[in-house]
Amino acid sequence: MNTLTVSETGTATRPKPKGWSQTRIWGTILLVPYVLVFLFFVVYPVCYGFWLARDPHNYVELFEDPIFVRSIFNTLVFLLIGVNLKMAVALLLSGFFLHDRIWIRWLSLIFILPWAVPSIPTILSVRFMLNPEWGIINQLIFRLTAEDGPNWLNDPTLGLAFSILVHIWKSLPFWTLILLSGRLAISKDLYEAASVDGASSVQQFRFVTWPSMKTLYVTCTVLSMIWTLGDFNSVYLLTGGGPADLTHVLATLGIRYLRLDQVNLSMAAIVTALPLVLPLVYFMMRRLSK
Amino acid sequence: MKANILKNVTGEAKLLLIGIPVLLWTLLPIYHLVLFAISPRDTAFSGKLWPDEPTLRNFQIVLNQDHYFLIHFWEQLANSLIIAVSTGVLTLLIATFAAFAISRLKVEGGRTVMNLALFTYFIPAAFLAVPMYRTMGVYGLLNSKWALILAMVTVATPYAIWVLKQASDKLPYELDEAAVVDGASPMQLFWMVYLPLMKPSLVAVGTYALLLAWNEYLYAFLLLSRDTEITLPVALGNFLSADDSPWELLMTTGLIYALPPAAIYYTFKRYMVGGLTAGAVKS
Repeated sequence: MNTLTVSETGTATRPKPKGWSQTRIWGTILLVPYVLVFLFFVVYPVCYGFWLARDPHNYVELFEDPIFVRSIFNTLVFLLIGVNLKMAVALLLSGFFLHDRIWIRWLSLIFILPWAVPSIPTILSVRFMLNPEWGIINQLIFRLTAEDGPNWLNDPTLGLAFSILVHIWKSLPFWTLILLSGRLAISKDLYEAASVDGASSVQQFRFVTWPSMKTLYVTCTVLSMIWTLGDFNSVYLLTGGGPADLTHVLATLGIRYLRLDQVNLSMAAIVTALPLVLPLVYFMMRRLSK
Repeated sequence: MKANILKNVTGEAKLLLIGIPVLLWTLLPIYHLVLFAISPRDTAFSGKLWPDEPTLRNFQIVLNQDHYFLIHFWEQLANSLIIAVSTGVLTLLIATFAAFAISRLKVEGGRTVMNLALFTYFIPAAFLAVPMYRTMGVYGLLNSKWALILAMVTVATPYAIWVLKQASDKLPYELDEAAVVDGASPMQLFWMVYLPLMKPSLVAVGTYALLLAWNEYLYAFLLLSRDTEITLPVALGNFLSADDSPWELLMTTGLIYALPPAAIYYTFKRYMVGGLTAGAVKS
C-alpha cells in the first residue's frame, strides 16, 4: 500500500528521465549487493534461529530455569531504571552544556571521551577498580578506615548496579549530545518572551523547553532501550553474568546457553524476548520510516 | 549592582558544582587505565593515585611482545585493522549503491528494502549473535576474517543506508535531470554528480562502520578463536581467563587499542556530529 502511493507521487512530481529502463536496470543492480547481504546474513540466521527454537518443550525448560527468569528481571531493571535515569541525566546535562563558557566547551570535548573510546578497556578498568583485594577503591577504603571494603562484584545487586553505571558512563555523552542539539533548535525568542513574562527557570523548562523536546526525548528513550537490550559488554565484561549467574541479561544469556551447549534454549530465550522488543521496534519504525 | 555580581558569582558556582563532578565521573575509569599503564608492576597494585616512578616500560613490553599473553600482539592489531578497514570499505560500497538506487533512481521495491534495512537496524545485534555464529558455521566461514567482516557489514549497512538516503534525499533533483538531459547514464550520474556531493556523509558513514568493527567484541569472540586470527579486544578479554593476569600489561594494551578510534573520532568529529547525530534521531 505504502509503497504504491509513494512511487506514484514520486513519479508524478518529477518528469520521467529519459532512458527510464536503463535507470531501472541500474537501480536493480545497485540494490543487489545489499539484498544479498540481507538474505544470507539476516534472513537465513533469523529463520535458522526460529527453526532451532521451534520445539515448545524448550519454552517449558526455559521458564523452569531460574536464571532465565532472573535475566528477564535484570533486563527490565536495566531498561526501566537504567535507561530512564540515563536519559533524565542527559536531559539535565544538555541544559548545562548549553551555557556558553570556554571551560564548558573544553569540558564537552572531554565529556565525549567515553563514547569515543572502545568499551572493553574502560570496562576492564572499572572491573579492576572494584577488585576486592587489589582494586584502588578497596585500597583507599582500607587506608582511610583500616577495614576491608566490600566484595563489590560478588553481590548480585551491586554487580547489576555497577553494570548499569558502566552502561550509563559509556552512552551518556551520546544522548546528551543529541538532546543538546534538540535544545539548540529551540527558538531563542520563546525564552525571551517567557522571561519578559517573568517565568522562572523552572517554568521556562516546563513551558518552553519540555514541550519542544518531548517528542525527541521519547524517541531517544525508546531507541536507547532497544540499544540497551543489545548491550552485551557492560554486563559480560564487568560481572561475566556472575555471581552464580545472577546478573545475566537477555543479551548475555544467549552466550551462557551456547556455552552450556543448549543452543535451542539460547534461541528460545530470544524468541521469548520478542514481545518486549517488537513494540519498541514498531514505535521506532513508525517514527523513522516516513 | 552588587546584587547582580553576587548573582553572577552564584551562577558560576552552580555551573562549577555540576562541571566538576561531570569531569571526575568522565575521567575516573580512563585515568585509572592510564595510571596502570604507566605504573611498574609492583606499585600498580598498591592503590596509589600516582606512581612514584612513572614508566613507559609496560609499553615497551607490549610493543616487543615480551609476555606470554602478548606473543601475537602485532598480528592481532593487524587483524583488528584489516577487519575494520574492510568493513568500512564494504559497508560504504554496498550502502552507497543502495542509497543511490533507492533515493535517486527511485527503483521499484526500494522503499521496501529501506524498511527491511531499518527493521534490521532495530534488532539488537546481541540477539542475532548466536544464530549468526551458527550460520557462519554452515557457510564454513568460522575462524576466518571474512566471518567477522561480513557480520559487521551486516550490522553496519542498515544504518549506513538510512543515513545516506536521508542525506541524498536532500540533494536537488534538478541536478539529476540536468545530467540526464546532457545524456549522462545512471552510472555517470553516480560517479560524477552523486559521489562528490555526498562526501561529508560518506566520511561519516565510513568512519561509523570502521569504528563499529574496530570496537566489536561479542561477534569477534564468537566468530574467531585462533590466537593468530583474533582481534585485539578478544585478546584483551582472554586476559581475564587467567588468575595471574598481568593487569598493568592488559591496561597498557587496552590503552594502545583505544587510541586510534579516539583519534579518528576527534578528527572527524565535525562529520560525525553533523552526519550521524542528525540521522540518529529525527524528531
